[in-house]
Amino acid sequence: MTSALSVQDMLVTYDGFAALDHVSVEIPPGESFGIVGESGSGKSTLLRAVAGLATFDSGTLSVNGRPYGGKKRDKEFYRAVQMVFQDPYGSLHPRQTVDRLLLEPLVVHGFQDIDARIARALDEVGLGAGFRFRYSHQLSGGQRQRIAIARALIVEPKILLLDEPTSALDASIQAEILNLLEQARKDRNLTFVMVSHDLGVINHMCERLAVMKTGKIVETIPASALRNREFSADYTRQLLIASEGFSRTAS
Amino acid sequence: MKPLLTVEDLRVSFPTRTGLVEAVRGVSFTLGRERLGIVGESGSGKSQTGRAIMGLTPGHAKITAQKLAFGETDLLKASPKVRRDMRGRQIAMILQDPKYSLNPVMTIGKQIMETLRTHEKISSGAARDRAIAMLEAVQIRDAERVFKLYPHEVSGGMGQRAMIAMMLVCGPELLIADEPTSALDVTVQLEVLSILDKLVADRGMGLILVSHDLRLVSSFCDRVIVMYAGKIVEELPSADLANAKHPYTQGLLNCLPTLGTDRHPLPVLERKKEWAA
Amino acid sequence: MSDIVNSPEFSRRAWLLSDRPATRMQARLGRAYTIWSRFAENRLALIGLGIILALIFVAIFANVLAPYSPVQGDLRNARLMAPNAAHWFGTDDQGRDILSRLVHGSRLTLFVIFLVAIIAAPVGLIIGTVSGYAGGWVDAVLMRITDIFLAFPKLVLALALVAALGPGIENAVLAIAVTSWPPYARIARAETMTFRNSDFISAVKLMGASPFRIVLRHVMPLCLSSLIVRVTLDMAGIILTAAGLGFLGLGAQPPLPEWGAMIASGRRFILDQWWVATVPGIAILIVSLGFNLLGDGLRDALDPKEAGQ
Repeated sequence: MTSALSVQDMLVTYDGFAALDHVSVEIPPGESFGIVGESGSGKSTLLRAVAGLATFDSGTLSVNGRPYGGKKRDKEFYRAVQMVFQDPYGSLHPRQTVDRLLLEPLVVHGFQDIDARIARALDEVGLGAGFRFRYSHQLSGGQRQRIAIARALIVEPKILLLDEPTSALDASIQAEILNLLEQARKDRNLTFVMVSHDLGVINHMCERLAVMKTGKIVETIPASALRNREFSADYTRQLLIASEGFSRTAS
Repeated sequence: MKPLLTVEDLRVSFPTRTGLVEAVRGVSFTLGRERLGIVGESGSGKSQTGRAIMGLTPGHAKITAQKLAFGETDLLKASPKVRRDMRGRQIAMILQDPKYSLNPVMTIGKQIMETLRTHEKISSGAARDRAIAMLEAVQIRDAERVFKLYPHEVSGGMGQRAMIAMMLVCGPELLIADEPTSALDVTVQLEVLSILDKLVADRGMGLILVSHDLRLVSSFCDRVIVMYAGKIVEELPSADLANAKHPYTQGLLNCLPTLGTDRHPLPVLERKKEWAA
Repeated sequence: MSDIVNSPEFSRRAWLLSDRPATRMQARLGRAYTIWSRFAENRLALIGLGIILALIFVAIFANVLAPYSPVQGDLRNARLMAPNAAHWFGTDDQGRDILSRLVHGSRLTLFVIFLVAIIAAPVGLIIGTVSGYAGGWVDAVLMRITDIFLAFPKLVLALALVAALGPGIENAVLAIAVTSWPPYARIARAETMTFRNSDFISAVKLMGASPFRIVLRHVMPLCLSSLIVRVTLDMAGIILTAAGLGFLGLGAQPPLPEWGAMIASGRRFILDQWWVATVPGIAILIVSLGFNLLGDGLRDALDPKEAGQ
């Protein structure tokens, strides 16, 4: 069975510094794959290199069996792969209404029944028709992220790249967005590649995960291994301890 | 025991083009030499409470309170000069991101020295020594080297430690920390918190930790205040958090995905109108 | 109390400011209304707007408002008359009524600034956004071309062009337009570069939109407000440059009542018949001031940081 996403030995350097150091990942279709790491680990770089927003110096990338290189991607790629960004305040055009934002991908890909699709997309992310003509600055963080998700899903992709989609949101809103993402994945049988620094979120959303540090993958384990403490790398243990909160006796 | 800080019915409101925005609507609490956590989401008014105590609210805002006192000093009636004197010397504040809260065109050492010399009459040599001693107290190993560095040349964790050094160098009695670790990596967060913990305990200071992270605050602080829509909805000792009574606190605790729990879908917080009443 | 709430003005305002607009038009109108109310809070900006509207009004109704012909003068009886009841601003050395010349000259002023804005602003916008978005050698080449134009003092370059093309108001307009676009290109480029790498542009790239579409539909709308402000503030300078060219005899040719040319021809009489040169000078002053106030007001109202709040 062809992998939905296959990355082999990918290298991304900036001025001689390796942001991604020979990274390999294989993701079968329908899986929810997590990437955990701290800042500078290269997790976001990996996502951006897959999306074509960053160019990779060597290695191979193939999506649904088709190989891609550098920054060149085709229309088929953009139909199959979409991305949700971290900052809800930066990922929507500041001067466009929700209607215009959702119109853009439909027009670029040549869809016909635009009005119906926009209405359906808003409905799917739990926002009513009253939101259709609001400007992005009239929306809260959680509402913006819902629009970002609607925009990503409106072209009916197969693979969703999620770059810390809930890090900038309040805890209670995070729960709503995670539930929304999970439901969307179930309904559409999507493949998720989710990046986060939060082990709790990754454990909740993903079946398998890769732990990254300074551009390298430290280890790739199933989520159950995390719960049962069955991992091998020291760094993973550090992350796990850190996620459990402050402990006076340990300091 | 005399409380360090007394806050009674604090109200902060901002006039905007579309009407009056009430950020803080009647907050009351006292603080001794202990660690108090103020938890809330965005818009709860937790940051504005901290800033009102420091006197850093924007000028056009309206601040009223039945009582806002630090020790013997009435903060509301104090002149701007008195409040300026208190800032740094008696009450200090740490902000979220050292990238934005440290002066980018001054070396770290110079900034610490500036804080010192604003409040005390000491020579620049003596100020330098104290600044280096303070950098060592926040466990920066190469204190002499970091002294000469600019904020953009150090990592987030080190920048935050430098910020703590700068704020504590004059020996204040009360520290307000507004999301001090939110911009840091998880492993670095714990380091910074333990440094803060040690310093606060050694100096017998009072600490107010403002954060959106209920878990973090409850593991670090002695007492927790939960804020929603400008009001306090619950106040309890951290040890009692599991027995929280208010549905908002319970909701906040329940909605986080953790390694130990497996709930699909996650329980979602149903906001009730009466909480904001 | 209910009368106020139910009155048509209140409900219209509520409709415009509604946070649940039902149609595209309602959203657009609401946004325009918000910008207008921000603008209208500034008394000076309204004065500036009033001056410009008055200018436009005078230009449109010049034929009706001017009491005499602007080009035919009474050489025998009415040379260099001081301001009086028959001629409110006096007459010039050709016996022409200065008020009438002023009124008709407003058309020329508007002609000049309108054409310069129409030519220079779009050219600057296109070059700046393409340069800022593309980066690399495209950016380098376009910016060096811009630098070449910026290296010359505006008036000198305009002079050279008019001298080459021949005197006349159309050539003056062309010359001024050619020297005006570089700052607009720089502004557009700077604005483009601030959000070139932002997530919302990345998101549009990820839809498969062509660079052409991205620049036209997503980048340019964001550069518009700074550009509008800059062009408005430049209007005063454009009027003065046109007046300068007219003063040097290279802009509007006689008998056209262009204000700069009027000052030039009145120069000879400035000591004894001061009104011939001074009155058009005051007109230029007032219109320049009007544009400056309008531009300042627009900047405060359109400031992107404010627009979100």
